[in-house]
Amino acid sequence: MATLALRDVEKRFGETEVIRRVSFDVADGEFVVFVGPSGCGKSTLLRIICGLEAATSGDVLIDGTRVNDISAARRGLALVFQSYALYPHMSVFQNMAFGLENLKTPKAEIAARVAEAARMLRLEDYLQRRPTALSGGQRQRVAIGRAIVREPRIFLFDEPLSNLDAELRVGMRAELAQLHRRLGTTMIYVTHDQVEAMTMADKIVVLRAGAVEQVGPPLDLYNHPANRFVAGFIGSPRMNFLDGRVTRSAAAGIGIDIPGVGRLHAPAQLPVGTAASVGIRPEHVCLGPAPANTVTGKVAIVEQLGGLSTIRLGEPDITAQLPGQTTLAFGASATLNLPPACLHVFDETGRTVPALATAALAGSPA
Amino acid sequence: MAERGGVFAMLTATRGRGRFDWTDWATYLYLAFGVFLMFGPVLWLGVSSLKSRAGLDIYPPRFLPYERAQVHIPGVDRTLPLYRVTAGPLAGRELAQVRRIGLMAQMVDPAHGGTVIHVPFRDSRPVLRLHAAWSNYSALLTKLDFPLYLWNTVFITVVATVITLLFNSMAAFALSKYRFSGRGAVFLLILATLMIPPTIVLVPNYLIASQLGLTNSLWGVIWPGVATPTGVFLLRQYMLTLPDELIEAARMDNASEWRIYWRVVLPLSAPALAVLAIFSVMWRWNEFLWPMVVLNRSSKFTLQLALNSFQGELATQWNYLLAMTVLTLLPITVIFLFLQRYITQGIASAGVK
Repeated sequence: MATLALRDVEKRFGETEVIRRVSFDVADGEFVVFVGPSGCGKSTLLRIICGLEAATSGDVLIDGTRVNDISAARRGLALVFQSYALYPHMSVFQNMAFGLENLKTPKAEIAARVAEAARMLRLEDYLQRRPTALSGGQRQRVAIGRAIVREPRIFLFDEPLSNLDAELRVGMRAELAQLHRRLGTTMIYVTHDQVEAMTMADKIVVLRAGAVEQVGPPLDLYNHPANRFVAGFIGSPRMNFLDGRVTRSAAAGIGIDIPGVGRLHAPAQLPVGTAASVGIRPEHVCLGPAPANTVTGKVAIVEQLGGLSTIRLGEPDITAQLPGQTTLAFGASATLNLPPACLHVFDETGRTVPALATAALAGSPA
Repeated sequence: MAERGGVFAMLTATRGRGRFDWTDWATYLYLAFGVFLMFGPVLWLGVSSLKSRAGLDIYPPRFLPYERAQVHIPGVDRTLPLYRVTAGPLAGRELAQVRRIGLMAQMVDPAHGGTVIHVPFRDSRPVLRLHAAWSNYSALLTKLDFPLYLWNTVFITVVATVITLLFNSMAAFALSKYRFSGRGAVFLLILATLMIPPTIVLVPNYLIASQLGLTNSLWGVIWPGVATPTGVFLLRQYMLTLPDELIEAARMDNASEWRIYWRVVLPLSAPALAVLAIFSVMWRWNEFLWPMVVLNRSSKFTLQLALNSFQGELATQWNYLLAMTVLTLLPITVIFLFLQRYITQGIASAGVK
């Protein structure tokens, strides 16, 4: 049980900057997910926190104490590796007991703690097996068990589910969330899969190229992305983006001319003449004409999921996720409308332009 | 039994399915030639080690341990060599030769005794009998201090191998898993020692050994050779293939560096260690030059040195030399037989990566 704080943490490998001035706080008992595309430095950040990698500058604080100079073992953290890193020559029991043996824990207590963890993770029948004789999901659970028995202050997970098949991943996701509820320990989880981030996190840290793009609860990130990158990264299917230029400005909002679409009205403020882009999530796009922001095009892709239908226009490139089933077929002409309240406006640097106060309330999807 | 089936299947394998092709014949012929070439001398050695001294001197040489037949005749105080008469009226009879005078030989008939028969020497051929001289082996134990030499050699081999494994694996662990400046240079330096012929360092090594009072001590044979570049290289290459995450996991598990080495790295390097162990045993067992330099007292001799001592300046006791050579070869052959699987495995995994 512990809090974690990073203060201006930087990491350079020679000339390459891998982590750029990262700062954020993790409260006690929180489930925090680092998410970002591969190569964004999220695993490096995790390794800096657990002490396997040293920060070039900046502070790592656990429970308010600076731990930069404390070795990985002494920080009281447990890391679950992407490859599980189970000791192949030891049985499941020995794998879980190894850390406790190193701490000179009495034998009886080791046995008790391993038994407890094995019960929790349903590994009782496999304690005498070698890791090579286990399935992927079981190995994953052993790796988690190895972390649990040490009763660490913070759990760290480095893409733990990426080696599992899709079905198992969903199951393990639920198990991990359940484990977090039961143990109540602070957990930090690294993934490149935004679905894992959305479903498990109390708080998401979105990283790109070694810098924090946004920190916040999943729905905050979904509803109010700080910039175009976060908007595009969080949410599936991906948000639609249309690039254009501001041509009209009034108290109620601005008009943005999009080549090939026409003028879209959005409740935001930007000076006339600046470049801007408009984003809208596929699930907010509606079918049929409306007084404003109507788009017409030919259907290029139709995906019928039964409960949901996804259609994608070829020109302009807009994906819409519609409730229920649709009769639209490939090549048909479709008219969509983009409700102004659901539009996200980004300025030329990609930063989100705050929605106008009245629209902000309406903009939040119910 | 499955093993035998496997061997049989291997020995009768053909290129295609079914019948023997001419390429199969050629292959088997070639392989048989190879077996003869390599195994022939060993077989010759094994068989010859059972020949008595006289048997070794027979001309023309025979493959099997033949020996001149001897008979004991009542009234004669020594055994007499048997001859077969090849010509003349007595042709076909086996007679014992009492003595030879010029071209004539004095023979007696062992069946009747007494009467001396004169036979031209060129009309007789010595009678040969198969006789395995096991006494060559038993004499080693009684006349020679074979058990002592064996003990010296075993002691050197076992202790040196254990120390070699320990030291080389520690060096390999550091060179493969720690990042420190000069790591590449250190590794190159170790490898570079491969280029120095052992003869060049023989004298300096001896001077050091004698300064340290290690001459005429088994430890003097053991210590100078425990750090081998080959061993460090072999183990380092293998340890490089062990995932770093395992070591990091152990580090997160509060393991000290020694425990990481002892409990994680060493057990996982077992295949490479086995290879090095086999190499080390072979090196140590067959080592000759260095022990000869360091050990002068015969009570400290290794088997190889004892073998050498059979070769006198004037006379060589070939029968004992051969028997002891066989005994010296046996243990290493057995070890190789059982562990050869690891050798190929280890060389394959250490070399390619």
